[in-house]
Amino acid sequence: MHQPERRSNQRRSGANCGDMPKAHRSGTGSCVCTYLGQSRRLASSRAGSTRPMFAYVVRRLISTFVVMVLVGVFVFLLLHFSPGDPATLIAGDNADAEQIESIRKGLGLDQPLLVQFMNWSLRVLQGDFGISVFTQAPVINLIVERLEPTVSLAVTTLLFAALVAVAIGVVSAWKAGSWIDQVFMGGAIVGFSLPVFVVGYVLIYIFSMQLKWLPVQGYTPIAEGVLPWAKGLILPTIALGTSYVALIARITRASMLEILSQDYMRTARAKGVSARGMLIGHALRNAGVPIVTIIGIGFAMLISGVVITETVFNLPGVGRLVVDSIAKRDYPVIQGAIIIFSGVYVLINLLIDVLYTLIDPRIRY
Amino acid sequence: MTDTIAIGNAAPAKPAIARLFRAVRRNPLMFVGALILILMALTAIAAPLIAGDPVTMQPSRRLLPPSETFLFGTDHLGRDVFARTIYGARVSLIVGLSVSAVSVLIGMVLGLLAGYFRGLDAPIMRVMDGLMAIPSILLAIAMVALMGSSLGVVMLAIIIPEVPRVVRLVRSVTLSTRENQYVEAAVATGTRTGKILVRHILPSTIAPLIVQATYVCASAILVEASLSFLGAGMPPDVPTWGNMIASSRLYLGRAPWTIFCPALALGLVVLAVNLLGDGLRDRFDPRMARRM
Repeated sequence: MHQPERRSNQRRSGANCGDMPKAHRSGTGSCVCTYLGQSRRLASSRAGSTRPMFAYVVRRLISTFVVMVLVGVFVFLLLHFSPGDPATLIAGDNADAEQIESIRKGLGLDQPLLVQFMNWSLRVLQGDFGISVFTQAPVINLIVERLEPTVSLAVTTLLFAALVAVAIGVVSAWKAGSWIDQVFMGGAIVGFSLPVFVVGYVLIYIFSMQLKWLPVQGYTPIAEGVLPWAKGLILPTIALGTSYVALIARITRASMLEILSQDYMRTARAKGVSARGMLIGHALRNAGVPIVTIIGIGFAMLISGVVITETVFNLPGVGRLVVDSIAKRDYPVIQGAIIIFSGVYVLINLLIDVLYTLIDPRIRY
Repeated sequence: MTDTIAIGNAAPAKPAIARLFRAVRRNPLMFVGALILILMALTAIAAPLIAGDPVTMQPSRRLLPPSETFLFGTDHLGRDVFARTIYGARVSLIVGLSVSAVSVLIGMVLGLLAGYFRGLDAPIMRVMDGLMAIPSILLAIAMVALMGSSLGVVMLAIIIPEVPRVVRLVRSVTLSTRENQYVEAAVATGTRTGKILVRHILPSTIAPLIVQATYVCASAILVEASLSFLGAGMPPDVPTWGNMIASSRLYLGRAPWTIFCPALALGLVVLAVNLLGDGLRDRFDPRMARRM
């Protein structure tokens, strides 16, 4: 039944293990490949020899550090060039020029840009993101207060997307070319095309307004009961997860197809391994690396989506905080949120990359 | 036009129409996508002829359901949703086209440089890594918050996060192309570096770049709509799909057409671009040709 598919896959999968980037690009489409060209892949193409893992981890740490410094420079300049003088703002309306000048000195704003940047970086590393222009509260406190809905939404979406997408991708690859594969992959391209807020409003309209099954908007803290918390998160999770599911499902299908065409899969079948054993035990385990990579890299998409989802469903999270801060021109808050989101994204991808070297002995750097 | 082409081609067999039909049969979805885009572009260009006035408010006719006079109904300020949707297509298509053109151009130059000159590789790529680490919506929000909302700023805010992806693509193609013997031969015979880049390396980046351009376009349209929706995009009085959805948010229950009409248009355009992109990829990437 699967014979013809298998053979055609073999023909196109000229790529071997050392040729990972190309294999993924061709297998998954460029919208996806753009997320995939991550440094781990590039690192692998650079180091032809078998370098010790330790050296790789160190190099990866250094490049992560460089990336975070660049993010820091960008965000620092953002605040530096934002309109409005912090010293004047803090001094208030009744301050004279001398008072403003002394506050400016106190803040270190009279020093060279590089010194200011170093001081600012040191403060950020200690968790001091400055003070909100609007509420006068420390930015870090504002963000921590809003963390629960955001983390809840991100975690549920990640779980939902990974489970559903891998299932869809595995079935699609196994039944490649069948109607169910076409329905799934057609659904994936539609899902990838729909913005979060469109999916969100359609869901709200159907399930909250017409059927009245679920709350329209708002968030119930988990402390007030797991069930109401979960009920409030169902629609946001689906809305945010749709494009993520589409992304992961396409990668899963492509890398499963790649693996299914390998010789050892034929061997497994020849020795009588069951279909399930083949799919789960052999293929999925080997296809795991690109799948986990895309989950990590797609995390950037998830973060952007969180901002929109929280607006659609009126969840009081960090994303909502950022959007509210745009209207108030509250730059320190925007700045703090960008650093934290970017930091989380970079750390997650670092973690995934380093974990590979521990889990998968084939990956050498 | 088609006649001249058919005659010009010495090949005796298929006329252009038949060739087109065969191409459509081979990949119907791609042509569905192209057709939707062409129709959208035509309506956007001819917007003043087709649609009425998108900005005039008339409180007396607020939240009217779709009818013959107002095909898509009216919104909470009594504005014609059909006209606004048509005019919204203008912004989306302009943003999509110009962002993909500019990002591909910048990305191509940087990618060629990073891929060909070893000394430039690390600096360029680390900066790209840094830009990619910032979630694109947040980066765009920050820039719009800083520089104010106008078409130029919105486009710049979308271009910056898109460029790194193009750079990565072009760099990887360049890295593999420069290993070819014909490049080596060109270097050995003293061909100028600029000529090597343009004549020998650039051509192999074109096909993946065309495919990539469609995905950048889809992403740009989505991000523009998202930014407008969040209030960090075009000024709220400009009819864009994101602005329309944002301003009608409170009327979802009473007047769903005010949200679903622009939402449908948005989804349709992005889907069309993605279908076109997938089709082009299948066409240009022989290894993927027999995917389905």
